[in-house]
Amino acid sequence: MGVEEIPKETLLEMYKKMHKIRTYEETLAKWYYEGKTPLFDISAGPIPGELHLSPGQESAAVGMCIHLKDEDAVIGTHRAHHFAIAKGVDLKRMTAEIFGKATGLSGGKGGHMHLFDASKNFSCSGIVGASFPQAVGVGIAAKLKGENYVAVAVGGDGAANQGTFHEALNLAALWKLPVIFLIEDNGWAISVPKDKSTAVAKNSERAKAYGIPGVSVDGADVIAVYEVAKEAVERARRGEGPSLIEVRVYRLRGHFEGDPQAYRPKEDFELAKEKDPLLNFEKLLLEKGITTEEELNRIKEENEKEVQEIIDFAVKSPYPEPEEALKGVFAGGE
Amino acid sequence: MTRKLPMYKAISEAIAQEMERDEGIFVMGEDIGVYGGIFGATNGLLEKFGPERIRDTPISESAFIGAALGAASKGMRPIVELMFVDFFGVAMDQIYNHIAKAHYMSGGQVKMPVVIMTAIGGGYSDAAQHSQCLYGLFAHVPGLKIVIPSNSYDAKGLMISAIRDDNPVMYFFHKGLMGLGWMPSPDEATVEVPEEPYTIPIGEAKVVKEGSDITIATISRMVYEALWAAEELEKEGISAEIIDLRTLVPLDKETLIGSVKKTGRLLVVDEDYMSYGMSGEIISTVVERIGNELKALPRRIAYPDVPVPYSRALEKYVLPDKEKIMETVKEMI
Repeated sequence: MGVEEIPKETLLEMYKKMHKIRTYEETLAKWYYEGKTPLFDISAGPIPGELHLSPGQESAAVGMCIHLKDEDAVIGTHRAHHFAIAKGVDLKRMTAEIFGKATGLSGGKGGHMHLFDASKNFSCSGIVGASFPQAVGVGIAAKLKGENYVAVAVGGDGAANQGTFHEALNLAALWKLPVIFLIEDNGWAISVPKDKSTAVAKNSERAKAYGIPGVSVDGADVIAVYEVAKEAVERARRGEGPSLIEVRVYRLRGHFEGDPQAYRPKEDFELAKEKDPLLNFEKLLLEKGITTEEELNRIKEENEKEVQEIIDFAVKSPYPEPEEALKGVFAGGE
Repeated sequence: MTRKLPMYKAISEAIAQEMERDEGIFVMGEDIGVYGGIFGATNGLLEKFGPERIRDTPISESAFIGAALGAASKGMRPIVELMFVDFFGVAMDQIYNHIAKAHYMSGGQVKMPVVIMTAIGGGYSDAAQHSQCLYGLFAHVPGLKIVIPSNSYDAKGLMISAIRDDNPVMYFFHKGLMGLGWMPSPDEATVEVPEEPYTIPIGEAKVVKEGSDITIATISRMVYEALWAAEELEKEGISAEIIDLRTLVPLDKETLIGSVKKTGRLLVVDEDYMSYGMSGEIISTVVERIGNELKALPRRIAYPDVPVPYSRALEKYVLPDKEKIMETVKEMI
């Protein structure tokens, strides 16, 4: 299977989402540094706290989520905006959440690392490795209810060294659950490189220990991700059990905004640019004559306009009433 | 010789000096090597001691915290850092069922000279999974000493004591006291620190301001909120005595009760959750002994029993601060 066999509208949809993610994240970065210069103060500005952005990793999210429906679950990580966008989360409300506004997905209670959109079956967490067992539970629900949805658990290469990863893989394999374990391997667990933290070269090899398919794919090529993800999702929907996918990507930015990245060798930054999935995809679409520069420019303009509207909505939205902080600990009342 | 040091440097200096003295000490944790600790507590150690003794770990907390137990059982003195206290859930079994209990369960055969250090505290919009204090949770478990310094002088002396202690010590540093530059931190937390090693006994509170009308017992960053409140209250003729508890286990009951005996009033200020925690424990400790001598019902200002909200407007509303302290003190007098 190659790019020629994928319908043009699907390809353009993928391009649009990848470009939207990039535009969104870079715009958000600008807003993040508002009020944080000249002296960086993590608590200041319209977006306070930590911010983990996803440029360079768009292919993992889009290549996977293009195969998913609303009822399929995606459980993301601390770096989850790209998956949220690819999964179709309402971006106005997500952005308002990141700005701490009352109109946000959680009314400002969750924030950037804790995005929940139940209508899209999307959630994420600030705790590394939390997604894997949760996806197993979604898989159990699908099986018990006799429904055909799948669960995607996203984790970084760092998360694959958590006990939860191994426990969840075993359980999903044992019970043949419709789960896709997606490792976004960006090579770094903050400052610790994968070869200093992981005993195997590829996390996909760990699938062997649980008797499930494990594939490693170059994230610079979104089509390759698309193909591998398609197979895993179809296998899950057929009731044949879980798969493990490793997507090798590069972080175009720091672990978090403000990360000086002194630990990162120069070659790694160069590789990140070379392996940029968005630019590679753009090149492929043009080289294969699938689209034209004019068509891509139109998509880019649409995205830029949309992102601007999204940010405007968040900026203009009101902050929550302070008393709201005390409400909502339990279901069924205050 | 002394010089002003931010808390993060005081901690790393304490560890370095102890490591020079005792080859059995080594450090494990996430980003503690090349990065020097996300909050700087292991700053410069890798360069001094190399990767055998300063070990960057995978994100495998159960494994490296459990490994601290194994190493301690063979006479080593491991220090482990887990970046945020919020992350302990995944390794809790090794801490509360094993490290905390090994000495007792073994009838004293096994010693656990382990230091587990971690970052606590909110106030900068890091939301529900990166802003908690949770020291009350660990203080609840028998067998763990609980140390929580509020300034760089205490940080160094308490770290050296923690390392030399034959028991597991959990050492909590507040992100908002470390003097990191990129995180707001009161200037008062960065104080003169002697260059040479020294110890501060674990289990000694410190009266940081003397007063006669009310005792404010507190810890960590809340010490400063209490001090700022006391300054204002002084102008209104109210004299508050402030106790920095510094360690929760063992608790310096003598200093606490001595102070409340003098002032007749007790307010506890705590950034940890309200229920079943430090604030209730301190009040019980006092009331059980001298409840009949109190001039007013004891009060507490703690984190209301809600997860830490993200939005600045929400977090400010629930986080204990100077204004809330002043208001409550005035109600009590």
